[in-house]
Amino acid sequence: MSKLSQKHLLGIKYITKEDINLIFETATHFKEVLSRPIKKVPTLRDITIANLFFENSTRTRLSFELAEKRLSADVINFSASSSSLKKGETLIDTVNNILAMKVDMVVMRHASPGAPVFLSKHIDANIINAGDGTHEHPTQALLDGFSIYNVKGQLKGLRVAIIGDIMHSRVALSNIFCLKKMGAEVMVCGPSTLIPNHIESLGIKVEYNLRKALEWCDVANILRIQLERQDIQYFPSLREYAQVYGVNRKILDSIKKEIVIMHPGPINRGVEITSDVADSKQSIILEQVENGVAVRMAVLYLLAGRMEVASQ
Amino acid sequence: MGLVNRENANYIYASMKPRILLDDNKFNLTILRLCHQLIENHRKFENSAIIGVQQVGVHLARRIHDIITAEIGSNVDLGLLDTTFHRDDFRRSDTILTPSETQLNFQIENKRIILVDDVLYTGRTIRAALDALIDYGRPLDVELLVLVDRRLFRNLPIQAKYVGKTIDSIESEQVKVEWKEKEGTDKIWILPANEN
Repeated sequence: MSKLSQKHLLGIKYITKEDINLIFETATHFKEVLSRPIKKVPTLRDITIANLFFENSTRTRLSFELAEKRLSADVINFSASSSSLKKGETLIDTVNNILAMKVDMVVMRHASPGAPVFLSKHIDANIINAGDGTHEHPTQALLDGFSIYNVKGQLKGLRVAIIGDIMHSRVALSNIFCLKKMGAEVMVCGPSTLIPNHIESLGIKVEYNLRKALEWCDVANILRIQLERQDIQYFPSLREYAQVYGVNRKILDSIKKEIVIMHPGPINRGVEITSDVADSKQSIILEQVENGVAVRMAVLYLLAGRMEVASQ
Repeated sequence: MGLVNRENANYIYASMKPRILLDDNKFNLTILRLCHQLIENHRKFENSAIIGVQQVGVHLARRIHDIITAEIGSNVDLGLLDTTFHRDDFRRSDTILTPSETQLNFQIENKRIILVDDVLYTGRTIRAALDALIDYGRPLDVELLVLVDRRLFRNLPIQAKYVGKTIDSIESEQVKVEWKEKEGTDKIWILPANEN
Protein backbone atom coordinates (compact mmCIF):
# COMPACT_ATOMS: atom_id res chain seq x y z
CA MET A 1 0.00 0.00 0.00
CA SER A 2 1.08 3.52 -0.60
CA LYS A 3 2.37 5.81 2.08
CA LEU A 4 1.79 9.49 2.75
CA SER A 5 4.27 11.61 0.87
CA GLN A 6 5.06 13.68 3.97
CA LYS A 7 6.42 12.98 7.43
CA HIS A 8 4.29 15.76 8.93
CA LEU A 9 0.84 17.16 8.29
CA LEU A 10 1.63 20.86 8.33
CA GLY A 11 -1.00 21.96 5.85
CA ILE A 12 -3.02 20.78 2.89
CA LYS A 13 -0.71 22.87 0.71
CA TYR A 14 2.11 20.35 1.32
CA ILE A 15 0.26 17.12 0.58
CA THR A 16 -0.90 15.55 -2.69
CA LYS A 17 -4.21 14.44 -4.09
CA GLU A 18 -3.07 10.82 -3.60
CA ASP A 19 -2.40 11.56 0.07
CA ILE A 20 -5.91 12.96 0.48
CA ASN A 21 -7.45 9.93 -1.23
CA LEU A 22 -5.42 7.62 1.01
CA ILE A 23 -6.60 9.48 4.11
CA PHE A 24 -10.25 9.29 2.97
CA GLU A 25 -9.94 5.57 2.25
CA THR A 26 -8.35 4.87 5.62
CA ALA A 27 -10.89 7.07 7.42
CA THR A 28 -13.71 4.99 5.94
CA HIS A 29 -12.29 1.95 7.73
CA PHE A 30 -11.87 3.83 11.00
CA LYS A 31 -15.48 4.97 10.73
CA GLU A 32 -16.39 1.30 10.74
CA VAL A 33 -14.17 0.75 13.79
CA LEU A 34 -16.06 3.55 15.54
CA SER A 35 -19.36 1.76 14.95
CA ARG A 36 -18.20 -1.37 16.79
CA PRO A 37 -19.26 -2.19 20.34
CA ILE A 38 -15.58 -1.79 21.33
CA LYS A 39 -14.42 1.33 19.51
CA LYS A 40 -10.75 0.84 20.13
CA VAL A 41 -7.91 -0.86 18.27
CA PRO A 42 -4.39 -1.55 19.60
CA THR A 43 -2.48 -0.21 16.59
CA LEU A 44 -0.62 2.73 18.19
CA ARG A 45 -0.10 1.19 21.62
CA ASP A 46 3.66 1.90 21.57
CA ILE A 47 3.32 5.54 20.47
CA THR A 48 3.16 8.59 22.70
CA ILE A 49 1.47 11.73 21.43
CA ALA A 50 1.63 15.23 22.91
CA ASN A 51 -1.29 17.55 22.26
CA LEU A 52 0.19 21.03 22.50
CA PHE A 53 -2.52 23.63 22.43
CA PHE A 54 -0.89 27.02 22.67
CA GLU A 55 -4.25 28.44 21.70
CA ASN A 56 -7.59 27.44 23.16
CA SER A 57 -9.68 24.75 21.55
CA THR A 58 -12.46 22.47 22.67
CA ARG A 59 -13.69 20.44 19.76
CA THR A 60 -10.40 19.91 17.92
CA ARG A 61 -8.54 18.95 21.09
CA LEU A 62 -11.26 16.53 22.20
CA SER A 63 -11.47 15.06 18.71
CA PHE A 64 -7.70 14.51 18.53
CA GLU A 65 -7.56 13.11 22.05
CA LEU A 66 -10.38 10.69 21.32
CA ALA A 67 -8.78 9.62 18.02
CA GLU A 68 -5.47 8.99 19.82
CA LYS A 69 -7.14 6.99 22.58
CA ARG A 70 -9.20 4.95 20.12
CA LEU A 71 -5.86 3.94 18.56
CA SER A 72 -4.46 3.05 22.00
CA ALA A 73 -1.73 5.72 21.95
CA ASP A 74 -0.49 7.27 25.18
CA VAL A 75 -1.56 10.88 25.35
CA ILE A 76 -0.27 13.93 27.19
CA ASN A 77 -2.03 17.27 27.04
CA PHE A 78 -0.72 20.75 27.31
CA SER A 79 -2.67 23.96 27.16
CA ALA A 80 -1.45 27.51 27.03
CA SER A 81 -3.21 28.56 30.20
CA SER A 82 -1.11 26.18 32.32
CA SER A 83 2.21 26.59 30.55
CA SER A 84 5.64 28.06 31.16
CA LEU A 85 5.32 30.21 28.06
CA LYS A 86 4.21 33.02 30.27
CA LYS A 87 7.48 32.65 32.17
CA GLY A 88 9.42 33.47 29.01
CA GLU A 89 10.32 30.05 27.58
CA THR A 90 10.73 29.84 23.81
CA LEU A 91 8.60 27.55 21.64
CA ILE A 92 11.54 25.29 20.73
CA ASP A 93 12.58 24.95 24.38
CA THR A 94 9.04 24.10 25.44
CA VAL A 95 8.66 21.47 22.74
CA ASN A 96 12.15 20.01 23.24
CA ASN A 97 11.43 19.61 26.93
CA ILE A 98 8.29 17.70 26.11
CA LEU A 99 10.10 15.59 23.52
CA ALA A 100 12.79 14.74 26.08
CA MET A 101 10.06 12.69 27.75
CA LYS A 102 10.16 10.40 24.67
CA VAL A 103 7.19 11.68 22.74
CA ASP A 104 6.79 10.40 19.17
CA MET A 105 4.22 12.75 17.69
CA VAL A 106 3.13 16.30 18.32
CA VAL A 107 -0.32 17.69 17.61
CA MET A 108 -0.02 21.44 17.77
CA ARG A 109 -2.24 24.48 17.70
CA HIS A 110 -0.62 27.89 17.77
CA ALA A 111 -1.78 31.46 17.24
CA SER A 112 1.15 32.28 14.94
CA PRO A 113 0.83 31.27 11.29
CA GLY A 114 3.71 28.98 10.32
CA ALA A 115 4.58 27.88 13.86
CA PRO A 116 4.31 24.13 12.99
CA VAL A 117 6.42 24.61 9.83
CA PHE A 118 9.06 26.39 11.89
CA LEU A 119 8.99 23.66 14.52
CA SER A 120 9.28 20.88 11.91
CA LYS A 121 12.68 22.26 10.93
CA HIS A 122 14.00 22.05 14.46
CA ILE A 123 12.65 18.85 15.99
CA ASP A 124 12.48 15.17 15.05
CA ALA A 125 8.95 14.20 16.06
CA ASN A 126 6.12 14.01 13.54
CA ILE A 127 4.01 17.15 13.68
CA ILE A 128 0.33 17.53 12.96
CA ASN A 129 -0.92 21.07 12.59
CA ALA A 130 -4.17 21.48 14.51
CA GLY A 131 -4.54 25.11 13.41
CA ASP A 132 -1.94 27.87 13.14
CA GLY A 133 -3.37 31.37 13.34
CA THR A 134 -5.11 32.41 10.15
CA HIS A 135 -2.96 30.03 8.05
CA GLU A 136 -4.11 26.38 7.88
CA HIS A 137 -6.22 23.82 9.72
CA PRO A 138 -5.57 20.70 7.63
CA THR A 139 -7.53 18.10 9.60
CA GLN A 140 -10.63 20.32 9.52
CA ALA A 141 -10.35 20.58 5.72
CA LEU A 142 -9.86 16.80 5.49
CA LEU A 143 -12.91 16.06 7.62
CA ASP A 144 -14.95 18.60 5.66
CA GLY A 145 -13.83 17.01 2.40
CA PHE A 146 -14.49 13.51 3.78
CA SER A 147 -17.99 14.57 4.92
CA ILE A 148 -18.81 15.95 1.46
CA TYR A 149 -17.36 12.78 -0.10
CA ASN A 150 -19.62 10.65 2.12
CA VAL A 151 -22.75 12.57 1.14
CA LYS A 152 -22.01 13.20 -2.53
CA GLY A 153 -19.79 10.24 -3.45
CA GLN A 154 -17.02 12.39 -4.88
CA LEU A 155 -15.57 15.88 -4.80
CA LYS A 156 -14.64 16.18 -8.46
CA GLY A 157 -16.87 18.62 -10.31
CA LEU A 158 -18.80 19.63 -7.18
CA ARG A 159 -19.46 23.29 -6.49
CA VAL A 160 -18.61 24.34 -2.96
CA ALA A 161 -19.21 27.82 -1.58
CA ILE A 162 -17.34 28.95 1.52
CA ILE A 163 -19.35 31.71 3.13
CA GLY A 164 -18.45 34.26 5.81
CA ASP A 165 -15.23 35.47 7.38
CA ILE A 166 -12.68 34.27 4.82
CA MET A 167 -10.01 36.74 5.92
CA HIS A 168 -9.52 35.37 9.43
CA SER A 169 -10.27 31.75 8.68
CA ARG A 170 -7.65 29.02 8.52
CA VAL A 171 -10.49 26.63 7.74
CA ALA A 172 -11.22 28.56 4.53
CA LEU A 173 -7.65 28.39 3.24
CA SER A 174 -7.18 24.68 4.01
CA ASN A 175 -10.57 23.91 2.50
CA ILE A 176 -9.71 25.79 -0.67
CA PHE A 177 -6.45 23.82 -1.07
CA CYS A 178 -8.18 20.50 -0.34
CA LEU A 179 -11.19 21.05 -2.60
CA LYS A 180 -9.08 22.37 -5.46
CA LYS A 181 -6.71 19.39 -5.25
CA MET A 182 -9.70 17.05 -5.37
CA GLY A 183 -11.11 18.74 -8.45
CA ALA A 184 -14.03 20.68 -6.94
CA GLU A 185 -15.03 24.20 -7.96
CA VAL A 186 -14.74 26.67 -5.11
CA MET A 187 -16.34 30.04 -4.47
CA VAL A 188 -15.89 32.31 -1.48
CA CYS A 189 -18.65 34.68 -0.43
CA GLY A 190 -18.79 37.39 2.23
CA PRO A 191 -18.55 41.13 2.77
CA SER A 192 -15.69 42.61 0.75
CA THR A 193 -13.92 43.66 3.94
CA LEU A 194 -13.66 40.01 5.01
CA ILE A 195 -12.35 38.65 1.70
CA PRO A 196 -8.58 38.98 1.23
CA ASN A 197 -7.30 40.80 -1.83
CA HIS A 198 -6.18 38.63 -4.75
CA ILE A 199 -7.79 35.49 -3.30
CA GLU A 200 -9.07 34.69 -6.82
CA SER A 201 -5.42 33.96 -7.73
CA LEU A 202 -5.94 30.62 -5.91
CA GLY A 203 -8.20 29.68 -8.82
CA ILE A 204 -11.50 30.31 -7.07
CA LYS A 205 -14.54 32.50 -7.66
CA VAL A 206 -15.45 35.47 -5.47
CA GLU A 207 -19.07 36.50 -4.90
CA TYR A 208 -20.41 39.24 -2.65
CA ASN A 209 -24.08 38.34 -3.00
CA LEU A 210 -25.20 35.50 -0.72
CA ARG A 211 -28.22 34.51 -2.83
CA LYS A 212 -26.11 34.20 -5.98
CA ALA A 213 -23.54 32.10 -4.13
CA LEU A 214 -26.22 29.77 -2.78
CA GLU A 215 -27.84 29.44 -6.20
CA TRP A 216 -24.47 28.49 -7.67
CA CYS A 217 -23.31 25.89 -5.16
CA ASP A 218 -24.06 22.23 -4.29
CA VAL A 219 -22.51 22.53 -0.85
CA ALA A 220 -22.32 25.61 1.39
CA ASN A 221 -19.67 25.66 4.11
CA ILE A 222 -20.65 28.49 6.44
CA LEU A 223 -17.91 29.97 8.60
CA ARG A 224 -18.08 31.72 11.93
CA ILE A 225 -17.38 35.40 12.30
CA GLN A 226 -14.09 35.31 14.19
CA LEU A 227 -14.59 38.31 16.41
CA GLU A 228 -11.60 37.38 18.55
CA ARG A 229 -9.26 37.82 15.56
CA GLN A 230 -10.73 41.08 14.37
CA ASP A 231 -8.80 44.08 15.55
CA ILE A 232 -10.93 46.62 13.74
CA GLN A 233 -14.59 46.68 12.80
CA TYR A 234 -15.11 45.04 9.41
CA PHE A 235 -18.90 45.50 9.24
CA PRO A 236 -21.37 47.82 10.99
CA SER A 237 -23.01 45.35 13.37
CA LEU A 238 -23.65 41.64 13.90
CA ARG A 239 -27.35 42.33 13.28
CA GLU A 240 -26.59 43.81 9.88
CA TYR A 241 -24.22 40.95 9.05
CA ALA A 242 -26.96 38.45 9.93
CA GLN A 243 -29.42 40.27 7.69
CA VAL A 244 -27.15 40.34 4.66
CA TYR A 245 -24.98 37.21 5.05
CA GLY A 246 -26.90 35.07 7.54
CA VAL A 247 -28.15 31.79 6.02
CA ASN A 248 -31.79 31.31 7.04
CA ARG A 249 -34.73 29.11 6.06
CA LYS A 250 -36.30 31.81 3.92
CA ILE A 251 -33.35 32.25 1.59
CA LEU A 252 -32.80 28.47 1.31
CA ASP A 253 -36.48 27.90 0.49
CA SER A 254 -36.32 30.49 -2.27
CA ILE A 255 -33.58 28.47 -4.01
CA LYS A 256 -34.84 25.69 -6.24
CA LYS A 257 -32.33 22.97 -5.29
CA GLU A 258 -31.44 21.51 -1.90
CA ILE A 259 -27.88 22.29 -0.97
CA VAL A 260 -25.81 20.60 1.72
CA ILE A 261 -25.14 22.86 4.69
CA MET A 262 -21.87 22.61 6.62
CA HIS A 263 -20.31 24.54 9.48
CA PRO A 264 -16.98 23.81 11.20
CA GLY A 265 -18.26 25.10 14.56
CA PRO A 266 -18.59 26.67 16.98
CA ILE A 267 -21.86 28.09 15.65
CA ASN A 268 -23.03 31.60 16.43
CA ARG A 269 -26.72 30.82 16.13
CA GLY A 270 -28.64 33.68 14.61
CA VAL A 271 -25.54 35.34 13.16
CA GLU A 272 -24.05 33.40 10.22
CA ILE A 273 -26.67 30.63 10.38
CA THR A 274 -30.12 30.36 11.97
CA SER A 275 -31.14 27.45 14.20
CA ASP A 276 -33.77 26.13 11.79
CA VAL A 277 -31.05 25.73 9.14
CA ALA A 278 -28.34 24.39 11.45
CA ASP A 279 -30.69 21.71 12.82
CA SER A 280 -32.37 20.86 9.52
CA LYS A 281 -32.07 17.64 7.53
CA GLN A 282 -29.86 19.23 4.89
CA SER A 283 -27.27 20.19 7.51
CA ILE A 284 -24.41 17.71 8.08
CA ILE A 285 -22.82 19.68 10.90
CA LEU A 286 -22.91 16.82 13.41
CA GLU A 287 -21.69 14.30 10.82
CA GLN A 288 -18.69 16.58 10.38
CA VAL A 289 -17.90 16.25 14.08
CA GLU A 290 -18.35 12.46 13.94
CA ASN A 291 -16.16 12.15 10.85
CA GLY A 292 -13.52 14.30 12.54
CA VAL A 293 -12.49 11.47 14.85
CA ALA A 294 -12.23 8.93 11.99
CA VAL A 295 -10.23 11.32 9.80
CA ARG A 296 -7.83 12.16 12.64
CA MET A 297 -7.40 8.45 13.37
CA ALA A 298 -6.51 7.95 9.70
CA VAL A 299 -3.94 10.76 9.76
CA LEU A 300 -2.35 9.48 12.98
CA TYR A 301 -2.31 5.90 11.67
CA LEU A 302 -0.73 6.83 8.35
CA LEU A 303 1.88 9.14 9.87
CA ALA A 304 2.77 6.63 12.61
CA GLY A 305 3.06 3.92 9.95
CA ARG A 306 5.96 5.84 8.43
CA MET A 307 7.91 5.73 11.69
CA GLU A 308 10.45 3.01 12.34
CA VAL A 309 10.25 0.93 15.49
CA ALA A 310 13.12 1.95 17.77
CA SER A 311 15.63 -0.87 17.96
CA GLN A 312 16.97 -1.95 21.32
CA MET B 1 22.13 -45.77 -1.39
CA GLY B 2 23.64 -43.24 0.97
CA LEU B 3 21.85 -40.36 2.61
CA VAL B 4 19.96 -39.21 -0.46
CA ASN B 5 17.33 -41.80 -1.27
CA ARG B 6 14.96 -41.58 -4.18
CA GLU B 7 12.21 -39.96 -2.21
CA ASN B 8 14.48 -37.25 -0.90
CA ALA B 9 15.92 -36.68 -4.35
CA ASN B 10 12.43 -36.36 -5.78
CA TYR B 11 11.59 -33.92 -3.09
CA ILE B 12 14.68 -31.84 -3.71
CA TYR B 13 14.06 -31.89 -7.44
CA ALA B 14 10.40 -31.12 -7.06
CA SER B 15 11.03 -28.20 -4.76
CA MET B 16 13.06 -26.50 -7.48
CA LYS B 17 10.05 -25.64 -9.59
CA PRO B 18 6.46 -24.63 -8.92
CA ARG B 19 4.24 -27.63 -8.32
CA ILE B 20 0.53 -28.07 -7.93
CA LEU B 21 -0.63 -29.24 -4.53
CA LEU B 22 -4.32 -29.46 -5.39
CA ASP B 23 -5.84 -29.19 -8.85
CA ASP B 24 -9.35 -28.03 -9.70
CA ASN B 25 -11.02 -31.38 -9.06
CA LYS B 26 -9.37 -32.21 -5.73
CA PHE B 27 -9.66 -28.58 -4.66
CA ASN B 28 -13.44 -28.64 -4.83
CA LEU B 29 -13.68 -32.13 -3.31
CA THR B 30 -11.65 -30.85 -0.38
CA ILE B 31 -13.95 -27.87 0.14
CA LEU B 32 -16.98 -30.16 -0.08
CA ARG B 33 -15.48 -32.43 2.59
CA LEU B 34 -14.84 -29.43 4.86
CA CYS B 35 -18.47 -28.36 4.41
CA HIS B 36 -19.72 -31.78 5.41
CA GLN B 37 -17.51 -31.80 8.48
CA LEU B 38 -18.98 -28.44 9.46
CA ILE B 39 -22.55 -29.67 8.96
CA GLU B 40 -21.76 -32.70 11.10
CA ASN B 41 -20.77 -30.45 13.98
CA HIS B 42 -23.11 -27.50 13.46
CA ARG B 43 -26.21 -29.27 12.07
CA LYS B 44 -28.59 -26.50 11.02
CA PHE B 45 -26.24 -23.65 11.92
CA GLU B 46 -28.98 -22.04 14.05
CA ASN B 47 -26.43 -20.51 16.41
CA SER B 48 -23.36 -20.67 14.18
CA ALA B 49 -21.78 -18.20 11.78
CA ILE B 50 -18.97 -18.32 9.23
CA ILE B 51 -16.45 -15.47 9.25
CA GLY B 52 -13.85 -15.10 6.51
CA VAL B 53 -10.54 -13.48 7.40
CA GLN B 54 -9.64 -10.65 5.01
CA GLN B 55 -8.34 -10.58 2.43
CA VAL B 56 -7.87 -14.06 1.00
CA GLY B 57 -10.01 -16.01 3.45
CA VAL B 58 -13.18 -14.42 2.16
CA HIS B 59 -13.28 -16.46 -1.07
CA LEU B 60 -13.20 -19.72 0.86
CA ALA B 61 -15.73 -18.39 3.38
CA ARG B 62 -18.15 -17.41 0.59
CA ARG B 63 -17.79 -20.81 -1.12
CA ILE B 64 -18.38 -22.69 2.10
CA HIS B 65 -21.30 -20.44 2.98
CA ASP B 66 -22.94 -21.01 -0.40
CA ILE B 67 -22.48 -24.79 -0.31
CA ILE B 68 -23.77 -25.15 3.24
CA THR B 69 -26.71 -22.80 2.63
CA ALA B 70 -27.73 -24.91 -0.38
CA GLU B 71 -27.20 -28.16 1.51
CA ILE B 72 -29.19 -27.34 4.66
CA GLY B 73 -31.75 -25.19 2.89
CA SER B 74 -31.52 -22.12 5.10
CA ASN B 75 -29.23 -19.11 5.03
CA VAL B 76 -26.13 -19.24 7.21
CA ASP B 77 -24.71 -16.01 8.68
CA LEU B 78 -21.59 -14.92 6.81
CA GLY B 79 -19.22 -12.21 7.95
CA LEU B 80 -15.92 -10.72 6.78
CA LEU B 81 -13.28 -9.70 9.28
CA ASP B 82 -10.36 -7.35 8.72
CA THR B 83 -7.33 -7.77 10.98
CA THR B 84 -5.19 -4.79 9.87
CA PHE B 85 -5.49 -2.68 13.02
CA HIS B 86 -4.74 -5.67 15.25
CA ARG B 87 -1.67 -6.96 13.41
CA ASP B 88 1.65 -7.20 15.24
CA ASP B 89 3.80 -6.06 12.31
CA PHE B 90 2.61 -2.43 12.15
CA ARG B 91 5.70 -0.19 11.65
CA ARG B 92 7.81 -3.33 11.26
CA SER B 93 7.53 -3.70 7.52
CA ASP B 94 8.24 -1.27 4.70
CA THR B 95 4.64 -0.80 3.72
CA ILE B 96 1.67 0.50 5.62
CA LEU B 97 -1.06 -2.09 5.35
CA THR B 98 -4.28 -1.13 3.61
CA PRO B 99 -7.28 -2.11 5.67
CA SER B 100 -10.06 -4.15 4.05
CA GLU B 101 -13.73 -4.11 4.78
CA THR B 102 -15.16 -5.65 7.93
CA GLN B 103 -18.72 -6.79 7.46
CA LEU B 104 -20.50 -8.27 10.44
CA ASN B 105 -24.24 -7.77 10.15
CA PHE B 106 -25.11 -10.04 13.06
CA GLN B 107 -24.35 -10.23 16.77
CA ILE B 108 -21.50 -12.60 17.60
CA GLU B 109 -22.38 -12.60 21.32
CA ASN B 110 -22.90 -16.25 22.38
CA LYS B 111 -22.63 -17.47 18.79
CA ARG B 112 -20.48 -20.34 17.59
CA ILE B 113 -17.99 -18.77 15.21
CA ILE B 114 -16.10 -20.58 12.47
CA LEU B 115 -13.10 -18.50 11.36
CA VAL B 116 -12.09 -19.27 7.79
CA ASP B 117 -8.72 -18.58 6.17
CA ASP B 118 -6.95 -20.18 3.23
CA VAL B 119 -3.44 -20.88 4.55
CA LEU B 120 -2.42 -21.34 8.19
CA TYR B 121 1.30 -20.64 8.50
CA THR B 122 2.76 -18.63 11.39
CA GLY B 123 -0.62 -18.23 13.06
CA ARG B 124 -0.11 -14.46 13.49
CA THR B 125 -3.03 -13.48 11.25
CA ILE B 126 -5.35 -15.74 13.24
CA ARG B 127 -4.08 -14.23 16.49
CA ALA B 128 -4.97 -10.77 15.11
CA ALA B 129 -8.31 -12.08 13.87
CA LEU B 130 -9.19 -13.44 17.32
CA ASP B 131 -8.44 -10.06 18.87
CA ALA B 132 -10.39 -8.22 16.18
CA LEU B 133 -13.28 -10.65 16.64
CA ILE B 134 -13.72 -10.16 20.37
CA ASP B 135 -14.07 -6.41 19.79
CA TYR B 136 -17.54 -7.32 18.57
CA GLY B 137 -18.58 -9.37 21.58
CA ARG B 138 -18.03 -12.68 23.35
CA PRO B 139 -18.65 -15.68 21.12
CA LEU B 140 -19.65 -19.01 22.67
CA ASP B 141 -16.69 -20.62 20.96
CA VAL B 142 -14.40 -20.04 17.98
CA GLU B 143 -13.23 -22.74 15.60
CA LEU B 144 -10.69 -22.42 12.83
CA LEU B 145 -11.03 -23.83 9.32
CA VAL B 146 -8.18 -23.61 6.81
CA LEU B 147 -7.65 -24.98 3.33
CA VAL B 148 -3.91 -25.54 3.80
CA ASP B 149 -2.02 -26.09 7.04
CA ARG B 150 1.75 -25.50 6.82
CA ARG B 151 2.22 -27.17 10.15
CA LEU B 152 5.99 -26.86 10.56
CA PHE B 153 6.38 -23.13 11.03
CA ARG B 154 3.89 -22.01 13.60
CA ASN B 155 4.99 -19.02 15.73
CA LEU B 156 2.05 -19.21 18.10
CA PRO B 157 0.06 -21.98 19.81
CA ILE B 158 -2.76 -21.97 17.24
CA GLN B 159 -4.30 -25.05 15.59
CA ALA B 160 -7.06 -25.47 13.04
CA LYS B 161 -9.97 -27.77 13.78
CA TYR B 162 -10.84 -28.34 10.10
CA VAL B 163 -7.98 -28.74 7.64
CA GLY B 164 -8.22 -29.22 3.88
CA LYS B 165 -4.63 -30.37 3.36
CA THR B 166 -1.63 -30.53 5.65
CA ILE B 167 1.78 -29.96 4.09
CA ASP B 168 5.39 -29.97 5.24
CA SER B 169 6.77 -27.33 2.90
CA ILE B 170 10.04 -25.63 3.73
CA GLU B 171 10.20 -22.08 4.96
CA SER B 172 11.51 -20.45 1.79
CA GLU B 173 8.67 -21.90 -0.25
CA GLN B 174 5.42 -20.10 -0.72
CA VAL B 175 1.94 -21.58 -0.85
CA LYS B 176 -0.31 -19.82 -3.32
CA VAL B 177 -4.04 -20.42 -3.53
CA GLU B 178 -5.80 -19.40 -6.73
CA TRP B 179 -9.55 -18.80 -6.84
CA LYS B 180 -11.96 -18.90 -9.76
CA GLU B 181 -13.39 -15.60 -8.50
CA LYS B 182 -10.00 -13.92 -8.65
CA GLU B 183 -7.49 -15.76 -10.86
CA GLY B 184 -10.02 -17.69 -12.96
CA THR B 185 -8.94 -21.11 -11.74
CA ASP B 186 -9.08 -23.18 -8.54
CA LYS B 187 -5.58 -24.38 -7.68
CA ILE B 188 -3.04 -24.53 -4.90
CA TRP B 189 0.59 -24.04 -5.85
CA ILE B 190 3.83 -24.52 -3.98
CA LEU B 191 6.33 -22.02 -5.27
CA PRO B 192 10.08 -22.35 -4.61
CA ALA B 193 12.04 -19.51 -3.05
CA ASN B 194 13.29 -17.97 -6.27
CA GLU B 195 9.77 -17.66 -7.64
CA ASN B 196 8.48 -15.64 -4.70
